[in-house]
Amino acid sequence: MATEGLGLDITELRLGLPGVGEAKREKKRVFLDILGGGSEADPSDDTGGGGDGKNRNIGVVVGWPPVCSYRKRAIIKMYVKVSMDGAPFLRKIDINGFKGYSDFVRALENLFGLGDECEYTPIYEDKDGDWMLVGDVPWEMFTETCKRLRMKKRVSDGGLQTKA
Amino acid sequence: MNPHRKRAKTVDRVDSADSALVSSESTQMRPFPSKPLSVDRVKSVESSESGRMRPFKDKILFVDRVDSVESSESSRTSQFSDKISGFDRADSVEARVDSAGSTRMSRFPDEVLERVLALVDSHKDRSAVSLVCKEWYNAERWSRRHVFIGNCYSVSPEIVAARFPRIRSVTLKGKPRFSDFNLVPEDWGADVQPWLSVFSTAYPFLEELRLKRMAVTDESLEFLAKKFHGFKALSLLSCDGFSTDGLKAIATHCKNLTELDIQENGIDDLGGHWLSCFPDSLTSLEILNFASLNSEVSFDALEKLVSRCKSLRVLKVNRNISLDQLQKLLSHCPQLMELGTGTFMQELISGPVTEFKNMFSNCRNLITLSGLWDATPLYLPVIYPACARLTFLNLSYATLRSDELSNLLSHCKSLRRLWLLDTVGDKGLEAVGSCCPLLEELRVFPADPFDQEILLGVTESGFVSVSRGCPKLRYVLYFCRQMTNAAVATIAQNCPDFTHFRLCIMNPGQPDYLTKEPMDEAFGAIVKTCTKLQRLAISGLLTDRTFEYIGKYAKNLETLSVAFAGSSDLGMEYVLQGCQKLRKLEIRDCPFGNAALLSGLTKYESMRSLWMSACNVTMNACRVLAKERPRLNVEVMRDEEGGDDSQANKVYVYRTVAGPRKDAPPFVLTL
Repeated sequence: MATEGLGLDITELRLGLPGVGEAKREKKRVFLDILGGGSEADPSDDTGGGGDGKNRNIGVVVGWPPVCSYRKRAIIKMYVKVSMDGAPFLRKIDINGFKGYSDFVRALENLFGLGDECEYTPIYEDKDGDWMLVGDVPWEMFTETCKRLRMKKRVSDGGLQTKA
Repeated sequence: MNPHRKRAKTVDRVDSADSALVSSESTQMRPFPSKPLSVDRVKSVESSESGRMRPFKDKILFVDRVDSVESSESSRTSQFSDKISGFDRADSVEARVDSAGSTRMSRFPDEVLERVLALVDSHKDRSAVSLVCKEWYNAERWSRRHVFIGNCYSVSPEIVAARFPRIRSVTLKGKPRFSDFNLVPEDWGADVQPWLSVFSTAYPFLEELRLKRMAVTDESLEFLAKKFHGFKALSLLSCDGFSTDGLKAIATHCKNLTELDIQENGIDDLGGHWLSCFPDSLTSLEILNFASLNSEVSFDALEKLVSRCKSLRVLKVNRNISLDQLQKLLSHCPQLMELGTGTFMQELISGPVTEFKNMFSNCRNLITLSGLWDATPLYLPVIYPACARLTFLNLSYATLRSDELSNLLSHCKSLRRLWLLDTVGDKGLEAVGSCCPLLEELRVFPADPFDQEILLGVTESGFVSVSRGCPKLRYVLYFCRQMTNAAVATIAQNCPDFTHFRLCIMNPGQPDYLTKEPMDEAFGAIVKTCTKLQRLAISGLLTDRTFEYIGKYAKNLETLSVAFAGSSDLGMEYVLQGCQKLRKLEIRDCPFGNAALLSGLTKYESMRSLWMSACNVTMNACRVLAKERPRLNVEVMRDEEGGDDSQANKVYVYRTVAGPRKDAPPFVLTL
């Protein structure tokens, strides 16, 4: 719902490197939408461009609203639940305790006793309720929009197991 | 008037594009005024393109310009606050004071002049003083004890040291402000070490260092602690690159430390042992602020430190300090003026709440209170005895609701400054309006900035309530999710004295939620009514009309922050043409392009800096700007993924006498 006007790319599951390619175009697209126009708007989008911005995904925009990092970390002292395919119990992890993806993913793996040969890929549910691949958006944006996590088991072809 | 005529040639005059000033008939050529401090202002330079630049242009010093720290009061009230050309006398850096009678304008001996000037604190005043004549320039530079550098790349430490031989206190700001919101990559620069290296020889008796948005390493902190033996005061705000190990060095080696103020930094918190490094012999501490550090310190060490520092007037502890512990601390320092509490709740109550109630009764000097983490209705009443005297209350980390706030504020009649979280809601703001008639500053921060839920937080109604009850408001920072033009117009009418108006409607490009129109009229009302406005941050759906208003009416505007606004180049052009006193312009995600950027060609040298990101500026336009204005640094930050190489996605332009940066990382291109 919140992705209308931004195209469906934003929820596309990929196994690419974090942050590749999309950030700049996303920003431009958000901006054009705000102005109520732009040829990049999805024609099937029925909210149109600007006007009522209720359904916008603010989390897409880096550094907005302009709240400084210290304050963001101080207020949102957040433990999110982490589940794992096949595990009977959940764990909790404080996202704000990490500086970036590499520390964080390592900690996730440690939570469940997973080693280097990890068959699991972390995905997360964002504020809009969509499941995203961990690592696509800048770290700060991730800490702000992540609501819970799941360790998805990889299947033999390298993709993710899609059965719940 | 022959003696005057002769002096016109020998006494160096202030640079000016207007050649009339240079001539002997100049109105600046007057006998020494009877009141040394009421110096006539030097006529400001319109632009440098006139080609009438004096030969000293390559040594121009901008250090004096635009120097007032935001918090400095004196510069506001200064008589000399008009804009002055940045073209200081540079040749007299090496010149000695000329005592030959025929060239002296002043009948005062230098020592007297220096004594008088020593009383001049404000940077703007000192700038004016230094521009009067060569004698005054020299007297000023010898008597200056504090230098303020608003952009660390606008000048080099060597130039500063050459001009001001007797500095004891330095304030230095580094990264552009948008780095607070992650728009500037790491390792951008603003390293403090080159400054410290020069200062260690030039100012071995340096006492104070205040840094904002600088990159600071532990090695630099250790260098500072060991090389400057009389060092007294360190303040670090929004800096990064250091850890608590650096603080250990400061605590260990600075024998005369009076101030350690650590705020909101990107600090690597390795533990609280640093506090235990203060030697038992250290009794000079007056200010200690470690509220933003997360690790636990040794309470025993802290208590002993507080007990032996009898001059302690500011103490801000971190969240780990419990109510019990706070009570003990306060018993040792009832003389405190500013207190930042730790956590304001307890799992297990060790004594009745009334026991805590007394802990503030003895603090008769307390005027500032902050911290109050996790404060709950049960414990808040503990601070009531201190409330009547409070002038600044920072509740921006306390998730209070409207009734809790209301009860608290009913005791706070003297409040001048109040910081809140928007959890208090509009009802809480109504209480502000009814309880705090003396309020001058209000900041309302969002508790959950990324939540789309429009029912939470504050609205236009809360703001209007405050404006009705607090006509003296001059500084507002307000985060909200909805606003109307009518409300802002009412607010402007109620509070015409705004000097700082920062409104953040959190949804980018959101219109007036009732009329669906752009928010142009809101900001139009503000700039038309609030003639003293110095700082403005705009938001919401805005067309070029907003900028037309700003350019036309905001004649005292110095800082403007713009995001997701405007329709065309005209917007930015209006501002650059109309706002004579503009010093800092920061723009993101606006449709301003090359024409807009280049329309400010002749203006940027009179400003501290320009930031433009995610606009429509190309590399070519930046190159043109750089070529036409060699005294500006035009820097473009490259995106990692490449993208379109002809677009300049992040542009940072600032005037400088130090030339292009020598320490620029690979992703910063100086054109």
